[in-house]
Formats: sequence, C-alpha cells, structure tokens
Amino acid sequence: MATLAPPDSTEAVVTVPGQRPPRRRYANAMYPHWFVLPGAAIFLVLFIAPTFASFYYAFTRWTLFDVEFIGFDNFVTFFTDPQLSKGFVNTLIFGGLTSGLKIVLGLLIGVLLTSEIWARGYLRAVIFFPVLVSTVGVGITFQALMDPYDGAINQALAWVGIDGPGWLTDPNLALYSIIAVDVWRGVGLAALIYMAGLVAIPQEYYEAAKVDGASGWHRFWNITLPLVRPATTTVIILSLIGGLREFQLIWVMTGGGPGFASDVLASVIYKQYAYGFFGLSTAGNVVLFVVVSAIILPLFWWLNRKQTDL
Amino acid sequence: MSSITRGSRPVILAGVAIAALALAGCSGGGGEADPEGPVTLKWFQGSGVETNIATAEALATAFNDSQSDIVVEVDASGPSDSAALDNLMKTRLATNEMPDMFWYNSGSLLQALNPDQTMLNIADEDFVSGLDDAWVAAVSTDTGVFGVPVQTAGGGGFFYNIPMYEELGLKVPTTWDEFLSNADAIRDAGHTAVELTFGDAWTSQIVTLADFYNVWASDNDWAKKYTANEVNFADDPVAVGGFTKLQDIYDGGYVNEDFASALLNDGLEAIATGEAGHYPMLGFAQATIATNWPDNADDVGFFGIPGDSADDAGMTVWMPPALYAPANTEHPEAVKAFMAFVASPEGCDAITGALGATGQYLVEGCAVPDEAPRIVADWAPYFEAGKVAPALEFLSPVKGPNLMQIDVEVGSGVRDGQSGAELYDDDATKQAQQLGLEGW
Repeated sequence: MATLAPPDSTEAVVTVPGQRPPRRRYANAMYPHWFVLPGAAIFLVLFIAPTFASFYYAFTRWTLFDVEFIGFDNFVTFFTDPQLSKGFVNTLIFGGLTSGLKIVLGLLIGVLLTSEIWARGYLRAVIFFPVLVSTVGVGITFQALMDPYDGAINQALAWVGIDGPGWLTDPNLALYSIIAVDVWRGVGLAALIYMAGLVAIPQEYYEAAKVDGASGWHRFWNITLPLVRPATTTVIILSLIGGLREFQLIWVMTGGGPGFASDVLASVIYKQYAYGFFGLSTAGNVVLFVVVSAIILPLFWWLNRKQTDL
Repeated sequence: MSSITRGSRPVILAGVAIAALALAGCSGGGGEADPEGPVTLKWFQGSGVETNIATAEALATAFNDSQSDIVVEVDASGPSDSAALDNLMKTRLATNEMPDMFWYNSGSLLQALNPDQTMLNIADEDFVSGLDDAWVAAVSTDTGVFGVPVQTAGGGGFFYNIPMYEELGLKVPTTWDEFLSNADAIRDAGHTAVELTFGDAWTSQIVTLADFYNVWASDNDWAKKYTANEVNFADDPVAVGGFTKLQDIYDGGYVNEDFASALLNDGLEAIATGEAGHYPMLGFAQATIATNWPDNADDVGFFGIPGDSADDAGMTVWMPPALYAPANTEHPEAVKAFMAFVASPEGCDAITGALGATGQYLVEGCAVPDEAPRIVADWAPYFEAGKVAPALEFLSPVKGPNLMQIDVEVGSGVRDGQSGAELYDDDATKQAQQLGLEGW
C-alpha cells in the first residue's frame, strides 16, 4: 500500500542519500492530499459557491434576466410582509410541536417495543413503516382521508354521531392537522433511535434498583430517562431541523392555505420563487438559514454540554 | 505501481469533465433543418390543459396542410403545474434554450418574462394591424408587440342556472342589490345561491377580478393611475367592491356547505345541474360544461358582476393566451409566417374546429359561429353595446400574487372585505417593487 501513496517526485528525491525528504507531512500521509481534489471541487461548485452566491442574490432584485443590487430592501419586505410574520410563527409552532411530540411519543413507543410484549417484531415494523413511505404519498393520502365530506376520518366519526371538522379547510385547524400527520410519519424514526439507546442501557442498573425496591416508574425516571439522553439529543436535533424546514407535507396537503393559515417559512419562500421574485425568495432562504442556525447551534451546544456534565 | 498514480490523473480529469458536462445540463439537440427539406418549428406547450393542447395541434395541422415549406410540431411535454411551467419557461428564455415558439399568458404575467430582451418583436408585421387594439396592448411593451392570440376572448362574471331563475320568477340582475335579492330568493327556496370552490384556490379571485368593469366604468383611466401608484383598492369606494362583494356573499349565507374543499368541476356540475343558482367563473369553463354535461349546456347563462347603476351594467373581458417566439429563434421568418396564419380567419377556423364557439375572436375577419352556446351568446350584447373592459391584469403589469389566498380568507369570513383590500394593496406594492416599477 505504501508504494501507492508517495507521488513519483517524492519517491525519486527520497532515494538521494543524505538529503532530507521535502514535504514530509505529505509523504507520511496514508494517501496524497490531492486525492480530495475531485471531492473538494464538487463540494466547492455545488455547495460553497451557491451558498455565497445566494448571500449575494439576497441583496438584489433578480428576475433571471437582470440583477440589480438593492441593499436590504428584500429583507425589509420579508419582515414587513404579513404573510411572513404568520409563516414565521407557524414555523416555530410546527418545529416545536412536531419535535416535542416525537420525543414524548417516540420514547413511549421505544420503551414499549423494547419490553417483553407480544408481537414485538411485527409492531416495530408497523411503527417504522411510515418512515419508508414518500412524504408526497403520505400527504396525498391524508388529504383524501381528511376531506371534510368524503374523507374516511369524518365518515368514521359520523358513524359514532360526531360531526367532524374540516381538518384541512378550517383555518384554525389546518396547521395542527398537518402536524399530526407529520408526527405519525416521523415518530417511527424517533422510536428507532430511542430503541437503540434503550437496549444499550446495562441491565445491571435495573436489577440493582429492583433489589433496592424501586418501582417501575422510579426505574424509568431515575435510570432510563437520564441514560437515554444521547438518544434524546439526537431526536431533538433531527426533528427540530426537519420541522423548521418542513415543506413537502404542507405543500401537498394545503399549499399553505386556507388563506395563509398553514404557511411556514419554506412554503412562503417557495411561493416567492414561483411568483418570479427570485431575489426576495433567496433572501427568505438566507432568513431560514439564519433562523435554523440560531436555534439549532446553541441548542446543540447546550444539550451536549449537559451530556458531558452527567 | 507508480503507473497507477500516473494513470489516475486522466481518470480524475475525465471525472471532472463528466461532472462539468452533467452540470452544463441537457443542452442543444434537435432542430437541425435539412437545407433542402422543410423547416421544422417546435411549439413548446405545457401538458396541463387538454383543450389548449387540442387547440395548438389543430392550428399546427391546419397550417401544415396549407403549405409545404414549414412543418410545425407541437411539443406538449411541459409540466402540467402552472407554477412549474412558469419557472421552466423563464429559465429556458434566460438561457436561450426555448424552442421556436411557445404558449403563454398575455397581460401582466407576460411582463415577468422580460419580453424586450427575450422575445421576437413582431410589431412591424402586417398581420398585427388586423388584431384587436385591446389585445395588442395586452401583448406589448413600450418597444414591441410579441404575441398572436391562440384562443378567443371571453367574459368573467356569474354563471347562472336558467331553469332555477325561471322557476323562481327571477330576472337577470343589473345592480348588486338586485343580485343580492335574487340570491335571497334562491337561498330561501332551499338551494345554494352562490357556489364557491376554494378547493381550487384560484377560483376565489373571480368575483374580485371580474368586478373590474365597474371600476373601469367609474374611471376609464383607473388602470393607468393604478400602475403609477396614484390609486389603490382599499381607498377607492368603487374598487373596494371587488372585495366587499365577496364578503356580502359569505355574510348572506348563500354559499354551498362544502365551499372550502369543492373543486372547479364540482362548481361546474352544481351550476349545470341546478344545485346552485350562481357560480362566479371565467368564460373558458363553458367548454367543460359542454363536454361533461352536454344536456345541461343551454341551462347555464351568464351576466357580468353588477355594479351600483343599472345603466352601466357591463362585463369584464379576459384576453386569451398568446403564441410567442424567443428572440434567438433560428427561423424568425418561418415563425412569422406561422403567426400570420394563426392571426388570420383560417387560424380562427382551426380553433373553432378544435373547440367549437368559445367566445369573441380578436382577429379581423373572424366571426363567432351562429350555433354558439348560451354563455357565449349572452356575451354578445355586452360587446355590441361596448359595455366591456379588459380585466385589470391586461391593462396594468401590477397584480399581487397572493390575491387568491386573500380572497379565500375574505370569502371564508376569516377577514372582511376592507381589510382584504388593504392586504392586497400591500401585496401589489411588493410585486411592483420586485418588477422595479417607477413610483412604488
């Protein structure tokens, strides 16, 4: 393998006696550093360049045909737009609620499915199944199920004498209906992460606690919960990033409607793009980037700090 | 072994080259004309609206049959979703990859394609003089004319169910108050007075947009002032009507129970079969009624959105979409020859052959066939009396993109008409600023 690593030139120089091989650091590396070049080039072209370009275009009026620098106007428009302020609040509601519900439900399901229950393997598969289905497919399916007149949900409610609401057509309900579907879709992944964390907890702790006479609740509260903290951190970070950036499900189910009732940052950005306001839309992306970073980075730092304190 | 490292250089270079090719996208291909054979023109088209594809193909077939120098091929492979199609068109025009011709909206949406830079100017062609003036205005900028009409103009307003009107002894209303009392009578008889279909959110805009005739009747220069930011909807007592009328409809309890989720076809079925008395809609939809409910086609009539004065009852007219060519087309003369055909009575006949009589032709020498459906016949008196105004989007480049969401809120009782108008003014300001218009 070593013969593969040094470039020809180095090899030639090394054979000269008494001379110190130049660029020793490179010679000692397992692979020459220019092996990263293709990857770096692709990363530069596909990730770094567009990121910096988008920071520039966010300050322009951009029609695809013309670019005109207009300073902070796009951001001013974005923050004075009533649609955005609604979308902003909805983004926080969506991210917070889906993340919270996935933690609580994911942990409960995880505990249930790591305990000795009947048909455990089957139930694990069932819980995880929605994660495998395409988001668009889930959205279309639930849009049909939640139809206020022909939908299966309200028809089932009608059998027991309940007049079901317009899940997706009532402005006060639409966002929460989508949140429920998103939790249904994503809780399998949270449960899976929790299951991995739960089975890693040594059984000795539980046995020792049992000997001391701790109840099931005490064992859960004082052993399980602290020791699955790494899993909780992972679930929080993953589901919060996903929730703050959620687009597909909302777009398929309501298109941000009725009115602006279920608009989030991502759908507002998409709409600006569809209207041909490319500069404004890019400014929205920068806002989303900053918002997600501003929430996730401190949270990540805080959660990991707590973890090391343990 | 060192030969492996040496040999891997070309491999990497090849990899980079392949990546670069992939990034460059699927450009070029096709369109090389055999110098001795006929010129082939590609007509790019979205795949969403079947009657549009049928129209395009009828025009191409009629033209191909009429001569042998040029062959027009319709490529209806564009996205069916209109937002996706819009963006594809913009991208193709910006990167000079648009085929020889394409179908697109006239009016305010055209301005976003930056026609001065991207499209073939046909202002100097003879056939343009045979086109309706209002039409030419809807496909022009200060420096050029860009499109020929591929359909007919039609009215937007209320479709109404004629048997229901006869049964209840109602007359076609000429003022908004008369309309409301008709609606009361229909509601009290146990029917849906006004069908709304917010499941297709765009249909929520019809009342607001079709009310523009009343604004125009109160001030013929309103659109010009609006473009210059001298008037707006919220502060003009007539213009605000486009929003407060929608609120009246909700407040009156006239609306169908499932309005929040009903779709366009549900609305057309309701108005055709007599479940509902009124349905605010654009004229093009009569073709769907004629196709899906042929027995009821003559049961559906039309009137414009009534205003305050019976003397001024008129109709707002929608201009049809147009056929355009990109500025960099390789065959400008052949494209112009085809456009001349589209803007001729033969072109009109091809459209009639594909769709039947659908409305008013905008080409000199074209007439509406005698056996026109009821809705089309109901438009004629408005045209004859000159009581027509183009919709605002054909007179001004300013159109706020969120009108449909705002109208869904007004029509659902979430927001009142006045605040809807204010929100829409803000929305229009944003769009005008994005277009870089003076005075906003």
